[in-house]
Order: sequence, then C-alpha cells, then structure tokens
Amino acid sequence: MHKQNIVIIDYGIGNTHSISNALSYLGYKKLKISDSEEHIKKADALILPGVGAYEEAVNNLRKRNLEGILNEEVLINKKPILGICVGMQMLAEGSEENGWHEGLKWMKGKVKKLELPEQYAVPQVGWNNITINNTEPMFSKVDNDSNFYFDHSYYFDCEEKVLAAWCNYGIKVTAAVQHENIFGVQFHPEKSQTNGLKFFRGFFNSIK
Amino acid sequence: MNHRVIARLDIKGPNLVKGIHLEGLRVMGKPEEFASYYNEAGADELLYMDVVASLYDRNSLKDIITRTAKEIFIPLTVGGGLRSIEDITEVLRYGADKVSLNTAAIKNPEIIRQASEAFGSSTIVIAIEAIKQNDGKYLCYTDNGREYTGIDAFEWAEKAQDLGAGELIVTSVDKEGTGEGFDIELTRKISDAVRIPVIAHGGPGKLEHFEEIIREGNADAVTVASMIHYDYVSKNKSQGEFKGEGNVTFINSGKEFGKINKAEIMDIKKYLSEKGIDCRYINE
Repeated sequence: MHKQNIVIIDYGIGNTHSISNALSYLGYKKLKISDSEEHIKKADALILPGVGAYEEAVNNLRKRNLEGILNEEVLINKKPILGICVGMQMLAEGSEENGWHEGLKWMKGKVKKLELPEQYAVPQVGWNNITINNTEPMFSKVDNDSNFYFDHSYYFDCEEKVLAAWCNYGIKVTAAVQHENIFGVQFHPEKSQTNGLKFFRGFFNSIK
Repeated sequence: MNHRVIARLDIKGPNLVKGIHLEGLRVMGKPEEFASYYNEAGADELLYMDVVASLYDRNSLKDIITRTAKEIFIPLTVGGGLRSIEDITEVLRYGADKVSLNTAAIKNPEIIRQASEAFGSSTIVIAIEAIKQNDGKYLCYTDNGREYTGIDAFEWAEKAQDLGAGELIVTSVDKEGTGEGFDIELTRKISDAVRIPVIAHGGPGKLEHFEEIIREGNADAVTVASMIHYDYVSKNKSQGEFKGEGNVTFINSGKEFGKINKAEIMDIKKYLSEKGIDCRYINE
C-alpha cells in the first residue's frame, strides 16, 4: 500500500510542505518535493501546488523549464496530475488576474475575478460545502456536501463537462475539475482536516 | 458560507498564556495540547500569537509551529514580532499557512504590498489593535495595545486592503479578555469599510456575544480564547511543569474567572446554528 511515487512540483511557489505533511501523515513514503526532470518522469502521480499571484506562478514554472516537461508527461504520457488552488487555475487557458496571463491550456476556460453580490467578502476564505458531480476518482471517499477550506479571489470558469464539484458562494464556484488524467481543486485538501485527508486517500488509491 | 470559529492561542516562550487587555498574562498550559484538542473539537482555524515577540528566544515558537503543522491539517496563522519578509518566509517554512502583521505594517505599510505579492494576499492577515478614544474615534495601537500610533482604525483598514491584505483581524483592546462581549461598533465600521473578510477578536464571555458580533458587527469570522481555554483547563490537567515566562499562580490554583463562561467550540457552533448562522461541522 502507498507505494506510489508522488512528486510535488517545486517551482518556488506554494505551500509544498503543507501538502507533504498531509501525505506523510497518510503514510505515503515515496514522496518528493522536486523540480527535477528525472523525478517528474519517474513519478506515478504529480501534484502542482500554488499559492499567490497567477502571473508569478506561471512565470516561475516557465523559468524552471517545467512547462515542456509537464506537457510531455501529462498530455502524451497521460500521467495523473492534481493541481491545487493556483495550481488548478494554471490548468486553464489563462487568467485575468492583473492583466491576461496564459496558463498551461490543458482545459478550456478562463480564470476570472469573483464578482459577487455585496454581502459576500472577497476573497472567499473559509469552509464551504461542495456539491459533487463526479465521484470517481477524486471524491471516492468523500461524501457529497462535505466541507473544504477555500482561500481565493479568482475562480476557474470552466466548461460544464469538466466540472467535478462546485460550491455556492453567491455564484456557482468551481471547486474541482477533471478531464482524463488531469485533475484540479480550488480548495486546499491539505488544510481541510479529515475531509482533506479522505480526499487525498481516495485520489491516490485510484492511481496504480 | 460557514462562519469560522478560530481558536486563538497567545504564546509566550513555550507556554500558552491569556491576559486581560492583552496584559497580565497567565500561563494556561502547553500550546500544542490545546491546539490538538481544538482541532478535534471543531476549530476552523488556529491562530498563534507570539505575545512577547522578539523579546525572548524564537526557537520555542519554531518548534511549536513545526509540531503543529505535522499533525494538524487546518489553517494555521502565526503572528507576533514578524518584522520583515525574511521573518515571514521563515514562519511559512516552519509550517504556518498565513501570517498576521501589525507593528511591521504600521511602521512600513509597503510590507503589505511586498508580502502579498511574494506570498499571495491569501497569506497576509493584518491585525488591527484598536482603542476607543474619548472623542469616539478608534485609533490603532501596536505592541499589544501599548504603543500609540495616532492612526485611524477605519482608514488603516481600507489602506491595508488596498495594499493587498487578504483578511483583517480586528482586536478591541478595551474588550480583550474581559468577557463583556466584542466591540460591535468597531467591527461593524471596519467591516463596512472593506470587502475582505473581517475576523473579530476580543471580549466574548458568553455564547450570545458570538451571535451579536456576526449579526450586528457583520464579522465573517470570530476568534475565541478565554472561554475555550478555561473550559479545557477545567477538564484536563495539562502535563508537565510550567516555569519562567508568565504568571503560573492561576493555573496551579484551579480557580475560575468570573465574567467568562466556559465553552467548547462546538457549544459556540451549536448555538450559532440554532440562531440560523451556518457553521462547519466535522462530518465523520
């Protein structure tokens, strides 16, 4: 059990240690935080973290020459990848955060500012319940209407067919996307206590 | 959206402490024990404040953050004595998810912009410690309410938001530790002045106070310290000896503090839910 080689992609952005703490707690021992091509190629699954500004995130990824490597591993070799928060937003065509910035373009749709009714604070910070459209594989161990921790001002306005889960925050906010081997979540499973741990376990159990 | 109930732990050296008006600190126990309990008891986040920041060694804080981050998977905010981008980088590396800044931001507001650009707005929480003046104005203070700045709390809240703060923790120094209830006027005016989430801190002594501050004060989240600490201490004998740093007479005496009702975090959440305010429950 838990023999998968998991690589958390290190591109100088994001809370890589929080994710690694949660996975270590679950017993995933073959875990690396790395930007090495060799590690990424050997991995059974990849995690693309991300916190902060979109522009800096995509620029950093490109500076480390990771875009080409990831395109090959994900699009050609069909390696499973999970984007978290800004890491999920990078799966999109691009983001409108502080001008237009191109993403990895693995999924159709743009990242847009949360335009919400007056009474909703922006960013959305806190625990929101999600409605799950697609249980397998990400939510195989998570009940519908479970709560997860969100912290974001922008959201992925994706196509309905890739929308795996959403939450209500004045508008329908994308909580999770999936297309073939590409997965992403807007919330932070590594900070979502029991539900977050169940999420990780369900997701990685699905990977052989 | 669920309203957050955040467990606040004031830390002095290796100990959890609690004061009144941010002063007169009593030692309560070991922070990690309380943190672990509050995590299981339904706290939505943890907030560690190093209340004697920079005066004592920082290694205790580092150890406390590191240990917490390995076992507790809810958001952890750390504040107190963070003066520079380097200090912020350091506590984030230990395992904090967000940082709370007060003095450093008042002295150099640009640090809010720099920090939010470097780490994301979601990581930067600005703490406002306000004291109501005789003329009705609220002014910001630093160093646990000791240092006068002359800065208007409402103007500062807006400025902090514009510079990139992701959230505000608003402390009423007048109410803090008293059990008299949150400062509704202060919280309401700040909440009206900004779009970012406002976390109310300081003053709750009974369950009604939480409903008041959310409904009338328009708080997005609340912090609680004394009520849950006294509850925990009354139910658990903390392990180990307490030495140095802080007044240990209280914890050894087993006394209770009159104006503050003891409560579990879930007591607060159940109360709020009954009043129609949504809260997160841990689903098993």
